Amino acid sequence: MAEFDDPTMLVNAARAAREKGFRRLDAYTPFPIEDLTDALHLHRNKLPLIVLIGGLTGGFTGYLLQYFTTVIYYPINIAGRPLHSWPSYIIITFELTILFASISAVLGLLGLCGLPMPYHPVFNVPRFSAASRDRFFLCIESTDPLFDRQSTTKFLESLDAKEVSEVEH
Amino acid sequence: MADEQLIETPERERVIAPGYTFGTVTDQIASVVQTRHTPGFWIASFVVGFLLLQALLLSVVLLMWKGVGVWGIRTPVMWGFAITNFVWWIGIGHAGTLISAILLLLNQSWRNSINRFAEAMTLFAVACAGLFPLLHMGRPWLFYWMLPYPNTMRVLPNFRSPLVWDVFAVSTYATVSLLFWFVGLIPDLGTLRDRARGLAGKYIYGFLAMGWRGSAKHWSIYETASLLLAGLATPLVLSVHTVVSFDFTVAIVPGWHSTFFPPYFVAGAIYSGFAMVLVLAIPLRAVYGLQGLITDRHLENSGKIMLATGLIVAYAYIMETFMAWYSGSVYEQQAFWNRMTGPYSAQYWFLISCNVVAPNLLWFKKFRTSPVLLFASSIIVLIGMWLERYMIIVSSLAQDFVPSSWALFRATRWDWATYWGTIGFFMVLFFLFVRALPMISIFEVRTLLPQAKVREEVRR
Repeated sequence: MAEFDDPTMLVNAARAAREKGFRRLDAYTPFPIEDLTDALHLHRNKLPLIVLIGGLTGGFTGYLLQYFTTVIYYPINIAGRPLHSWPSYIIITFELTILFASISAVLGLLGLCGLPMPYHPVFNVPRFSAASRDRFFLCIESTDPLFDRQSTTKFLESLDAKEVSEVEH
Repeated sequence: MADEQLIETPERERVIAPGYTFGTVTDQIASVVQTRHTPGFWIASFVVGFLLLQALLLSVVLLMWKGVGVWGIRTPVMWGFAITNFVWWIGIGHAGTLISAILLLLNQSWRNSINRFAEAMTLFAVACAGLFPLLHMGRPWLFYWMLPYPNTMRVLPNFRSPLVWDVFAVSTYATVSLLFWFVGLIPDLGTLRDRARGLAGKYIYGFLAMGWRGSAKHWSIYETASLLLAGLATPLVLSVHTVVSFDFTVAIVPGWHSTFFPPYFVAGAIYSGFAMVLVLAIPLRAVYGLQGLITDRHLENSGKIMLATGLIVAYAYIMETFMAWYSGSVYEQQAFWNRMTGPYSAQYWFLISCNVVAPNLLWFKKFRTSPVLLFASSIIVLIGMWLERYMIIVSSLAQDFVPSSWALFRATRWDWATYWGTIGFFMVLFFLFVRALPMISIFEVRTLLPQAKVREEVRR
C-alpha cells in the first residue's frame, strides 16, 4: 500500500498500476475523485437497477394495496361512483414508489459496499487513519496474479509514493 | 457520467475562503464536535430550547388529560393553530431537501457547506410538524388507525381522502430525509472515528460509520447512491407540499378551493425554509468562526433564493385575489373581502407587509451581504409565512358560506404554549445535533478546495 500527498499523484499512480496490468487495486481517499473512478474503471455498478426494481415494487404495492382495499376488501358505494377510482390512487402510488426506491438505494449502497464491515485489514496500517483526513492511498492486493512482494513494493516506490507499507491480514 | 465530464465547464468560482487545506477543513469542522469546550452561546440556546420544551410537555400532558378543547379550536374553526403550525413547520423543512437534493442535481457546489445542517433542520422540522396532526387527533395513541393494516374492526383508511395522502406523503418524506441525511453522514462519521481520542467516541462513531474506509470502489457506488437519492428526493419534496395543499384545495371551502395552491405552497415552503436556514447559519458561523466555510456568498445566494420565492409568493397572493374576483363566485369574493377588511384584516395586512413588502429590500446587494439585516429579514419572513397559513386556515373556516355559522377563532394560552414548545423541541434537537455531529459536510467541503482538483496534465 502506497501513500500519496495529493489527488493528482494518486490518480497518476492508479493509471500506472492499471497499465502495468494490476487489476485487484483499490484506492482510499478522503473524498470522491471523479478521475480516480475513471482510472480504476469503476463506473459501472448495479445500484440503479436495484433502485429501479425497488421503485417498481413500491409503485405496484401502493396501487394494488389501494385497489384491493377499495374494490375488493372494503367496497363502499358512494352515489354510484366507480370503485376503481384510479386518479385518487396516484399520490399514494407515487409516495410508495419513492419510499421503496430510496430504501433500496440505501440498502443497495450498504450491500454493494459490504457495509457494515467492522474489521478490514487496511485499518492495520498505522497511518491509514489519515485516509479520512488528507492522505491518499493506493493498495495492490496480494490476490492479484501479478503480485509479488518484492517487485510490487519496488513498483509502488517508483511512483513517488510518500511511504509504502505492507498491509497485514 | 464520463462523457458529460468532457463538456467545457467555466472555471469554478471560489466558494470558500482561500487558505484552507484538507487537514484544516477537517479540524475546523470536527473540532466543533470533538472538544470538551462548549461555547456559552450553545449552552444559552440549549437552555432556552429546553425550557420551551418543558412548555410543550406540559401542554401535551394537559391536552391528553383534558382533550383538544384546551386549544381554541371551536366550530367552525376546527383546524386552528394545529394545522397552521403543521404546514409552517413542514414548509420550513423543504429548504433542506431543496439544498441537498435539487442543488446537487443542478451541480451548485456552493451548497456543500450548508447542506448538512439544512438537512438536519429538515428532519427536526418534520418531527415538529408531525406532532401537530397527531395531537390534533385527540387520541394520539390510536395514530396507527391511519395506517392500512388488517384489523378486527374491518375498517381501513379512505384512500380517496387527501388527509390519508398526507399521512403517506409526510411519513415518506420523514423516512427519505432521514436516510439521505444518514447516508451523507457516513464518510464524516468515519473521519470522526479516526480523529476520536476517547474510547467512547471511537466506538460510537465507529459503530455509526459501519466500517467506512473511503475506498474508491465505495465512493463510486456512494456517488451513484447520492445522485439517485437526490433524484428521488426532488419530486418527493415537491409532492409533499403539493399534498399538503391538497388538504385545502380538495375541500370546497371558499378561499381554499383553488388549483394554484400546489405551486404557491411549494414556493412558500422554500421561502420560509431558506429564512430558517439563514436564521440558523448566521449565528452559528459567527459563534464557531466558520465564516471561511459558510461565506457571505452563501448568505447572499440564500437571500437571492428568498427574494425569488418571495416574489412567487407575492404573485400568488395577487392571482389568488384576482381569481376570487374573476371567478364570479360570491362566496370566493366574500372570503377575500373578509380577509382584507374583516376581523382578521390586521393579520392580513401584517402578512402582506412581511411577505410582499419586506423581501423587496433583498434587491439591494448591501442588504443581502449584511448578515444582521439578512437575519432580521429572515425572522420577518418566518413570521409572515406563519401568518399566511394562519390566514388561509382560520379566516376561511371562520367565515364560510352561511353567515349564521360564522364564529371567530381565539387562540388559548395552550395553543401558544404548544407552538412555542415545538420551537423549543426544534432548538433542543438542533443544538444536540450541532454538538454531536459535524454540522458541515466535511468530505463535500474537501471537494471544493482547489487542491482537490486533479491537475490537467494527468488527463489523457
